[in-house]
Amino acid sequence: MPVNKASNTDEFVKGLWRDNPVFIMVLGMCPALAVSNTALNALTMGLATSFVLLMSAICVSSLRHFIPRETRIVSYICIIASFVTAVDYLLQAISLELHKSLGAFIALIVVNCLILGRAEAFSSRNRLVPSVMDALGMGVGFTLALLSIGAVREILGAGSLFNVPLFPDGYQTWTVMVLPSGGFFVTAFWLVVVNWIHQRRALSP
Amino acid sequence: MSDLSHWSIFINAALINNFVLAYFLGLCPFFGVSSKLDTAVRMGGAVSFVMLVASVCAYGINHALELINAPYLRIISYTLVIASTVQLVEMLLRKLSPPTFQALGIFLPLITTNCAILGLALFQTNRGYGFSQSVVYALGAGAGFALALVLMAGVREKLDLASVPALVKGTAAALVVAGVLSMSFMGFAGLGA
Amino acid sequence: MNGTPALDKLPTSALAMYRSIMVIGALCALMIVTVFNATEARIARNREQALAAAVNAVLPEARVTVPVALDAAGALHTADVLPALPVFLGYDADNQLVGAAITGIGMGYQDNIRVLYAYSFERQAIIGFKVLESKETPGLGDRVETEAHFIANFEALDAQLDATGNSLANAIVPVKQGEKNNPWEVDGITGATITSFAIGNILNDSASEWVPVLEANRQVFAQAPAQEGNRGAGE
Repeated sequence: MPVNKASNTDEFVKGLWRDNPVFIMVLGMCPALAVSNTALNALTMGLATSFVLLMSAICVSSLRHFIPRETRIVSYICIIASFVTAVDYLLQAISLELHKSLGAFIALIVVNCLILGRAEAFSSRNRLVPSVMDALGMGVGFTLALLSIGAVREILGAGSLFNVPLFPDGYQTWTVMVLPSGGFFVTAFWLVVVNWIHQRRALSP
Repeated sequence: MSDLSHWSIFINAALINNFVLAYFLGLCPFFGVSSKLDTAVRMGGAVSFVMLVASVCAYGINHALELINAPYLRIISYTLVIASTVQLVEMLLRKLSPPTFQALGIFLPLITTNCAILGLALFQTNRGYGFSQSVVYALGAGAGFALALVLMAGVREKLDLASVPALVKGTAAALVVAGVLSMSFMGFAGLGA
Repeated sequence: MNGTPALDKLPTSALAMYRSIMVIGALCALMIVTVFNATEARIARNREQALAAAVNAVLPEARVTVPVALDAAGALHTADVLPALPVFLGYDADNQLVGAAITGIGMGYQDNIRVLYAYSFERQAIIGFKVLESKETPGLGDRVETEAHFIANFEALDAQLDATGNSLANAIVPVKQGEKNNPWEVDGITGATITSFAIGNILNDSASEWVPVLEANRQVFAQAPAQEGNRGAGE
């Protein structure tokens, strides 16, 4: 790939596929598996995480000359935890139902290694615009990954997508898919698919 | 307030709602250090220890926050206080008990901001556990985490010797193993209820 | 590896560290407080609406509902502040006491389940049921909210008191699906045994506690208190 100097579009696009947070970097797996039992939960969780990712990237990037190296981790954690608290309350204000179904996992966005990882590895050493593009790309990539896991689990496990039934009555649901073990299996399946595509590309240039 | 017996809290946290296999908490160390049995045992010990410290901290913080009526500080103070307490404990261990530090020390910084730790603190608050209940919950969660980690490491050591297709090798294979473990842990449902 | 490119190798002064932590702390505090203030009223209203809708769903004949609570001495009085597990008395259009909506909580499969159920004074039975909060597995445990035969349990679930008036004549017991023979048994759901049994047990625990209290105070609260404090559930 002819990458001399990464353009802003490049920073965005890399999160979607080449450096997809879930399938390639295997970061932030905990929420990816825990709340992906329905497509709607997966989408909400993805958006909430993306919001925190984006906002903390903006803060970290614009404060990067101000924060000394010694205090950077505690500062990042502080910033991330504040935005997570904000998302927690905003979501409760928008829809109590949705907040209930995600439960404590909204609060657990704080310890999603993806966010701290991007703050440390990217936003703290790059200007505002590339940082925003990076965060957006990672956020969209994360949301898409969550959605693809959630959609498979909901279609197979409950016979519906976004609560819309897909099959006629009498469809035998794959109960295992909505159970925790289904989360492991579907993620493993997607990882194999991604690996397979990579392998084919490597073979045929 | 919750009036569950200590035994049922312990069984529930360790087996039925195992933190790794049912709540998907702490997956990073779970996949990261589960390839060798020896490291898995030590990591399990370290996580249990940090969970205990975190649970006691969270109980204290929650009371303090209720006193000043500031629930909105919960997330931020849990994260910061737990992280700094663990660092403090790490320094103390290094001074007071070098052998323990040798065994657990290197893992401690890795797990301070682990989701299993924060998850434990949040769950015990949500369920309104009292002090002794919180401690038992932390012990159960730690035991469950260690158990899952050791089982996983045992399987993965054997898996290294088997011929696995290149496509599935690595994380995907580990995920499938975790899925099967998780399914078998479902057999504990109803225990201790 | 650790290189913020622009920084030189000089150690940062303590002042700079303090300053950065202070400023970031202040910014974070500002943001948290702003968001909390902006959303607090809305969240409280959402909660109230959800609860009012639930009360209305389990006890539809009630026109007016009044929250009540036990004080430290064990006496029942109208509550000004809703407790964690609120209990409401329901009055019909003629201001006559018809029933109570009671919140119960207990451990389900995944986490605590919080339910609201209605007790009818006239029929001495549980006549309505709704799950307020649960994290049960979608498609399995959450069938307690949709499965028709399970919901049918709560059209008339016997909850009369024994002769002493201090406990239920027959404890509410969950049984396996299809094995319900008595009006105080809760017909479970195959495939969601744990959740459906948990709900039977929650109802038993909560009803054992509240039904004797409510029956003992039935005469005192027979008429709707005319003044304020009426929490409307569908006026």
